[in-house]
Formats: sequence, C-alpha cells, structure tokens
Amino acid sequence: MAPVLAILRKDLRTELRTRQSVPAMSLLSTTTFVVFHFGLDRSSVEGELAAGVLWVTLLFAAMLGINRLFVAEQEEGGFDGFLLAPIDRSAMLLAKVVALLIYLVALELVALPAFALLLLGPAPTQALPELLAIIALADVGIAVVGTLVAALAVRARARELLVPLLALPLLLPVLIGAAEASAPLFLDAGAEPVKAQWYLVLGLYDMVFALLAYAVFDFLVED
Amino acid sequence: MTPAAIELEGLGRSYGERPALTDVTLSLPAGQTLAVLGPNGAGKSTLLRVLATLLRPHSGGARVLGCELPREGWAVRGRIGFLAHEPMLYRDLTGRENLRFHAALHGVAPGRVGELLDRVGMAARADEPIRALSRGMVQRLAVCRALLGDPELLLLDEPRSHLDPHASELVEPLIGRSSGCTRVVVGHDPAAGLAEADLVLGLRGGRQQLLAPADGLDPAALQALYA
Amino acid sequence: MYGHGLRSLSIASSVSVTTALALVFFYAPNDADQGFIQKIFYIHVSMAIVALAGFVAGGAFAVQHLRTGDRRWDLRSYVAIHLSIVLAVGVLITGSIWARGSWGHWWLWDEPTLVSFLIVALLYACYQPLRFAIEDAERQARYASVFAITAGAFVPLNFLAVRLAEAYTHPRVLSTTGGAMPGSMRFTFLVTLGAVALLFVTLWKYELTSKNVRIQLKALRARLAPAGPDH
Repeated sequence: MAPVLAILRKDLRTELRTRQSVPAMSLLSTTTFVVFHFGLDRSSVEGELAAGVLWVTLLFAAMLGINRLFVAEQEEGGFDGFLLAPIDRSAMLLAKVVALLIYLVALELVALPAFALLLLGPAPTQALPELLAIIALADVGIAVVGTLVAALAVRARARELLVPLLALPLLLPVLIGAAEASAPLFLDAGAEPVKAQWYLVLGLYDMVFALLAYAVFDFLVED
Repeated sequence: MTPAAIELEGLGRSYGERPALTDVTLSLPAGQTLAVLGPNGAGKSTLLRVLATLLRPHSGGARVLGCELPREGWAVRGRIGFLAHEPMLYRDLTGRENLRFHAALHGVAPGRVGELLDRVGMAARADEPIRALSRGMVQRLAVCRALLGDPELLLLDEPRSHLDPHASELVEPLIGRSSGCTRVVVGHDPAAGLAEADLVLGLRGGRQQLLAPADGLDPAALQALYA
Repeated sequence: MYGHGLRSLSIASSVSVTTALALVFFYAPNDADQGFIQKIFYIHVSMAIVALAGFVAGGAFAVQHLRTGDRRWDLRSYVAIHLSIVLAVGVLITGSIWARGSWGHWWLWDEPTLVSFLIVALLYACYQPLRFAIEDAERQARYASVFAITAGAFVPLNFLAVRLAEAYTHPRVLSTTGGAMPGSMRFTFLVTLGAVALLFVTLWKYELTSKNVRIQLKALRARLAPAGPDH
C-alpha cells in the first residue's frame, strides 16, 4: 500500500506544482459549453440534450488528462525507476487510476457549476445525489480505461493522436450509460427517477475493465 | 571459494530482429569488479539492463545474487543498485522529494535519504527542483538513488561522467572498489576501467570478444576491441 | 503445422459458398414485407456473427500469447482480427444497402446491431495504426495483444449498452415473426452462416501460412547475409 501512496503523492505533488492537466481540462470544458451554445444555437438545454452535452464535454476534457498521465514516467525515466523497485507492478496501475480519478473530480468541480450556469435549464440541485452516484460510477470507468489507454499509447509514436482514437470508442458504453442515466434528472418539468438498468451497465463496465486492467497492466510496463 | 554473484551462460537478448547480445558467458565472484568495455553499440548498456532485471534474457541463463532471471527477478531487485545513463529523477520534484519517493518504493527508512545526501555533499541543494541543478549535481543525486536500498550489487554505467574531481572523491567510497560491493562498471576509458577491475569483459557487436582477469591483461588485446 | 488441409478447406469453402448462394437466390422465398432486398440479410447477419466470433477469437489468441510468450499466437490473433475488420466493413456496407432498400435510408440509428458494429469497427480500425506506431517488435506484439483482449471484452459490453439505449428495436427479420422464421429461410440462413464461417477459417489459414513462409524466408535470408558492419 505504501508504494501506491508514494506514487500517488508524487503525481499529485507534480500536478500541483506544474498545473499541467487539471487547469487545461477545466478550461476546455468551459470553452466547450460556449461552443455548444453557439453550435446548437440554444441558451438552455434540458433532458437528453443536456445529459448529452455534459457527458460529451466531460469525456473530451478527460482526454487531455489521459494524454499526460504517463508522460513524466516515459520521459524522465520513471518507468525504469519503478521497475527497479521490489514491488508489485499493479501498484502503479492503482496509483494512476486514483490520480486520474482525482483529476476528473477536480474537473467536475469546475465543469458542473459552469454547466449549470451557462447551459442547464432546470436547477441541478433537484436530483443531486443521483447525479453524483452516476458521476462516481462513470468516473471510475473513465479512470480505469483512461489509464489503460494512456499506458498503451505512451510508448507509441503519435501518442496524442492514438489516445482519443482508442479511448473514445472504448468509453462509449460509459457515455451511453451516463447520458441515458442522467437524462431524466435534467428535465425542465422536474427530475424523474433514473432507470436502474443504467447503474447496472455502468457498474458492469467498471468491474469488467477493472479486472481486465489488473490482469494486463504488467504486460504494458515490463520489458 | 566465494560464491558467484553473477553467472551468465550463453546470454542473448535482441531488439526485434537485431541481436544486441549474443552468447555472453562469465562468472563474477562476490565482492569483485567486472569492467565491461567495448565500442559504441557493443551491447554494454543492454547487458547492464538485463542484470538489473529491466530486460528479460531471450536465450541462455543468468543468475544474479543466486537468483535465476527472469523467474526470480523479483527476489533480487531490492539488492541491486543501478546507476544508468538516465538519472531516473523527476525534473519537477526536488532532490529530497525524489529520493524520499524512491525510498518509499524500496521500503527504506526516510532517514537514509538525509544520510546519503550528506555523504555526497548535496544536503544544501537537496530542496531545489532537479531542473534547476547542474548535470554533475544530478549525477550525485542519482548515486544516492542507486544506493538507497544498501545494495550488494552495483551496476554502474559511466558513473563518473559529469562529476568534477571533488565530487568524484566524495562518491568514490560509496560506489568505488572500497565500497565492498560486487560491481559491474561500464566505461569508455579502457585504462580507467582496467585500473579498478578484477575481471574484464570485452564486447563488440553484442559478442564476447575477450574475458580475462585485469591483472596482466595485454593492452593490445584491448586496442583490437576498439579498432 | 501450417499449410495442412488447405486444399480440402478450399474445396469445402467453394462448395459451401456456391451452395449458399444457390439457396439464397433460388430456394429462399421472398420476404412478404421487404421483398428481394431482404435476401442481403443472409450475408449481412452471417458476416456479423462471424466477425464478432473473429474478434473474440482474436482476443482469446492474444490471451494465449501473453500467457506463453509464443509469437505464433500473436500472429493468429493478428490475422483473425484483420480478417474480422474486413468482414465488419462488409457488415456496415451490406447493412447500409439493406437499410436503403428496405426503409429508404442509408443509415439507421435505431438498428442496434448496425450501430454497435460501427463502434466496434471504429475501435478495431485503430489496431493496425497502433501496431505500426510501436517500433520494437516484441513490445508491439505485447501491446497489440493487450489491445485485442481489451477490445474483445469491450464488444459484448458495447452491444449490451447500445441495445439498452435503443428504446425501440426496429423489427429485424430474425425476430419479425416472433423468432419463428419459416423453415426455408432458417435453413438458407444456417447454410450461409456455415459458408461464411468456413470461408473465414480458410482465409485465416491461408494468410497464416503465407505470413509464416515470409517470416521463415526472412530468417533464412538473415542467416545467409554477410555479417553487417559492426555497430
């Protein structure tokens, strides 16, 4: 456990010092809302449209964070330093997933209020607990698959191009699940309950990919 | 007879189609120093990386500190100190933060960090980010990183590069012959390599060209290596 | 190991494909609602099923590759996926033609299988670019296997999610009459499915054999070549 915390602490410290990922992600999300305003030519969105706009924006902003996740390891000999240590390779996987999760939460702390301010029709507080549950489930999926794709792409050429090409299709079930789940929460006429099947879809996705990531991660970092 | 710290038998390793090491065989007793010499691209760094368990052998057998690679690599990792070409330090963190990070990875008490910083004379500048330090200072910190776990085997890739004479002097008791560790040293200066070695391995094109004790080694044989 | 049974497989494939085509055009009745265009569904659904099986097989071969480190599994995985991608494109094209012929649109968002295939095709389209973007051969094989396994696990999840997302599933021939296809249609479909599957396996073996020969040739050439300049 201590190595996981050490890696996590190192990543968070680096992020606080260099501010590479989170500010860019937050800025992109807000800018995207403005783009949607003009692209859709609407001042407010509700229901399915609102859910779609929110989740597409979050997904694209997440790409920035995923792109940078392993760059320091790759460029500053971090992989070697880690591989020399007598610890389980999954420690890096867990640390990176949690780090990406934290960046996503930080992103959402900016993006959700921005969304509520700029585009969302009904008040977001009408169904906050359910929304937070959906966000939590979706974030885990994005973090796990994002880490896997980041590790896959970091040693390839054209890594910044490869990440969205790989991650976006893989994350489509998350997008579908999260958008469909949160659509009833954004209705002007008042929030309606979320269909339980979407929680199941998101949960199943998270579980499958968490297990898969745990199984294959060693093969990505070792030589 | 002292047990062998390193035993290689027909070791081979390729990068894709290109063989980087072919049929390397040697035995290095504990506490002794092996100098690995050869021209650029001879496979010296590859050999170090295999010994460090970073690369798997593709053919042949390798035993390091009694453990068979790659099967038992995990058992021997904590007992090796690898000083590579890359310092393996994060540029945005300070020296002290980097060392504390590696100490946590290796399960070493944080106190050791301060102790090593003092011994290489970097205690004063340990709290500046790596990107602000000169290459020589970074090298000294890299030495600290390699020594954190109190290793039995040192793998050194041109350890004195970038070090001024004073720094070299500070670092000598830690990674030199007097350290008492088994050492594998890769260097570009054959004379210096010979001076501090017990056994000499000459590589060329990944193949073993010569293997002989340093005492009484014919300098002409070394010249042929670089010709 | 390679190259065995290629002749018998080829003969069997040719026979079954010819039989299937004959059945489709001369034996199977015209569908009451959709008419002649419905016949494309035999090849469309067959290709879809075989492509999905191919992707999953590619993932299974990849698991074996990672477990044993034997590069031959990677080759099997690569060829299976590569052929399935071709089939997937065929699925999209025939699906599009079918949609246009039956419902007047070149694309249907409420046909969940078609949509799922679009996503799967987009994902696997990255397989070869990924391989070419990694230079070290051993690492390339390893990463490709990780991708094949990830994508293989993704396929069923994707189908589930898309199917749930479509509130109304457009009536498809397979379930039009409540799952009870007239016997002649079912028979034709099964023969076509068998033919496509057999064709896939034959092509897979052919490509494996051809690649294997090329690898052996390269190895021989490397051994015969004079020692290169020392590097």
